[in-house]
Amino acid sequence: MLIYIIRRLFYAIPILLGVNLLTFTLFFVVNSPDDMAVSQLGAKYVTPEAVQLWKKKNGYDKPLFYNSDAAGSGTVTETIFFSKSLRLFAFDFGRSESGRDITTDISTRMWPSLAVALPSFIVGIWVNICVALLVVMFHATRLDRWIVFVFVAMMSISYLFYIIGGQYLLAKTWKLVPISGFHADGQFWRFLILPVLVGVVAGIGAGARWYRTLFLEEANQDYVRTARAKGASEIRILFRHILPNALIPILTGIVVLIPSLFMGGLLVESFFGIPGLGSYMLDAINSQDFAIVRSMVFIGSILYIVGLILTDISYTWADPRLRLD
Amino acid sequence: MKPLLLWSDLLIYLLVAVLCLFFLRLRGDPQTREHWRQVFSTRLGMVTFTLILVYVGIALLDSLHFRRALEPVEGVPSRETFYENQVTSVLDVMLGGGEHFERTYSAPFALKSFEKQNMKDENGALYRDFPLLDYAGRHLTKPEERLADVLAKTVWALSWGLLIAAVVVGLQWIFLRRSSLPWYASWMTQAVVICLAVWLVLISRYYHVLGTDRGGADVAYQSIKGVRTAVLLGTLATLVMLPIAVTLGVMAGYFKGWVDDVVQYLYTTMSSIPGILLIAASVLLFQVYIDLHPDFFSTGMEKADARFIALCFILGVTSWSSLCRLIRGETLKISQLEFVQAAHAFGVSHGRIVRRHILPNVVHIILITFVLDFSSLVLAEAVLSYIGVGIDPAMGSWGNMINSARSELSREPVVWWTLSGAFFFMFVLVLAANLFADLVRDAFDPRTGSGVALA
Repeated sequence: MLIYIIRRLFYAIPILLGVNLLTFTLFFVVNSPDDMAVSQLGAKYVTPEAVQLWKKKNGYDKPLFYNSDAAGSGTVTETIFFSKSLRLFAFDFGRSESGRDITTDISTRMWPSLAVALPSFIVGIWVNICVALLVVMFHATRLDRWIVFVFVAMMSISYLFYIIGGQYLLAKTWKLVPISGFHADGQFWRFLILPVLVGVVAGIGAGARWYRTLFLEEANQDYVRTARAKGASEIRILFRHILPNALIPILTGIVVLIPSLFMGGLLVESFFGIPGLGSYMLDAINSQDFAIVRSMVFIGSILYIVGLILTDISYTWADPRLRLD
Repeated sequence: MKPLLLWSDLLIYLLVAVLCLFFLRLRGDPQTREHWRQVFSTRLGMVTFTLILVYVGIALLDSLHFRRALEPVEGVPSRETFYENQVTSVLDVMLGGGEHFERTYSAPFALKSFEKQNMKDENGALYRDFPLLDYAGRHLTKPEERLADVLAKTVWALSWGLLIAAVVVGLQWIFLRRSSLPWYASWMTQAVVICLAVWLVLISRYYHVLGTDRGGADVAYQSIKGVRTAVLLGTLATLVMLPIAVTLGVMAGYFKGWVDDVVQYLYTTMSSIPGILLIAASVLLFQVYIDLHPDFFSTGMEKADARFIALCFILGVTSWSSLCRLIRGETLKISQLEFVQAAHAFGVSHGRIVRRHILPNVVHIILITFVLDFSSLVLAEAVLSYIGVGIDPAMGSWGNMINSARSELSREPVVWWTLSGAFFFMFVLVLAANLFADLVRDAFDPRTGSGVALA
């Protein structure tokens, strides 16, 4: 197991290098540091000197890949690729374009993000699975068809609508929860209810429909018939027979959701005014702060790869027949 | 009048032509025909497909652009005609909307503005009240007549609508009455859509059916203008993605070995980057490029158009990994089968095997992906526009409408109509596309068969 994990971590290195190279090409070759200086300074203040000064201040005044002026190992290290891209591997994110330390920013903003994302993720999956199991009980009836229709309708509604509708109904009209904001004190859960609820409700359509298909595939298997013939109750069949057998595809599907946590985080945090990583990214995008975007891309891909490894490990827990080696 | 061909206009017509060709080719295959028959033998399939066609039709009408000639200034002789900077489309002419601006917000069918304003009465004394709208309801002498007037105009519009619908449906009935497919479902939908359209066009000449937004523009008109953006984005982005995904996927599954390793590495890398960030970064970079080269574009519309096409390409280029993975798996499976082995033994070339034996067997995956991705792309557009990396505000889109109206729910009383307009039009399109996609998947996917077919 340990050897497997270590090997997977080694496999991750070329992928992260690829991510790094891709973002580097995007940010420095397609769009040269001079262009960035111009857009950061604003077209009014652009003089060649100002551009040079900005590049020097932010460390962009080096060659891209190879520095022929420097001596020894400096030919490689005194370049933009090394100082801006490879340093990310050591989790050294440097400073943002506006001069703030990105590492500190990320470590303080991580917690509010987690406080929203984790509950919505876990509660969401739990609700989806329960709803889907219930629907499977009504399989092949009229009710089933209508429920599926409702699922499709629910997933056809824009995520923005759920957020705006939730804020309007729960916060503004019924005044049950605050509209937006976040406090790190004991009352912080009050600010979490609405974002989590919106995240869960918005996910039911697509999620429950997906789990329903998984469970139906299992419900047609022979072991279900056998269990029924032995006289097991429907509830027992659903939870003790179908659910454990459908766990592998469920786990696979969950990893696919991890990138969407990012996307959801972006919207939810900016609408609800939560000072997390999502709103951090949004601010960075709006102020065209590429240093932050670069770091977040890197973190995002690390999370994805870690998620993949975790899935593989959880396979062994879900299905004892599987061995990782 | 000078016709103006935007790049996206060209693409949308090209796209429709390509899709028609594609379907005509597929028609030749009896098995594919049987699958399509299964889709259209349901009422749901007929209704949703009709709705999708209506949206596509609106998008096509909205893609015939021209610039109106300016009236020559009197007394100034000029040999050259000058053109408006404003770009108009055929749809604009048909709707007659977009020209009747109010000052600011007004509720649906309102006669007075939504905001109070300082006004003077006959004696010159200052007072604050809701001013009458500049345009809506000007034909009324008394405000109390409004309800009766709206009803009268609705009856008038509906009778016209029913007449037109009867002609349209009647013509189809002559040719299709012997068909075994449930055409009547499609005809009902057509009749409803025609009645609604006629009603909207007639009433819009006197009222703002969905009110006006902050800038005083008609919301119903804007929502319809958003159709073209959504339809084009949903199809173009997928079409950009298809060649990349299919080529790489088939290559990986067919040649195996190091080609497979490289392709797998590529798509793992791509999918490990959070898509939203990659898209945001690419769009930002393109925006910087546009800002630095303002001389490339002569009208604001062309600039918006360039950004839009870039967005489609970026969405396509960043989203090929999942389809590529599917096609690679399917190709791996097919290339083990006897008929491919036999083709190898007969010395058939690689290109021919791929064309004759592999591609026809992965077409269903491509088709299913195409219809499934459409709706998610339409939904993604709204989110991207909200983040600020979507469609240029100069180009109408539902995302931009939602974005500009979302703060208005905190007003008292609430300005709900801009959001509702955008959400409603988006919901109908996405719902129709989703339901249709389900039917297509059930018909074409050999795994689902007809056993677990839904709705």
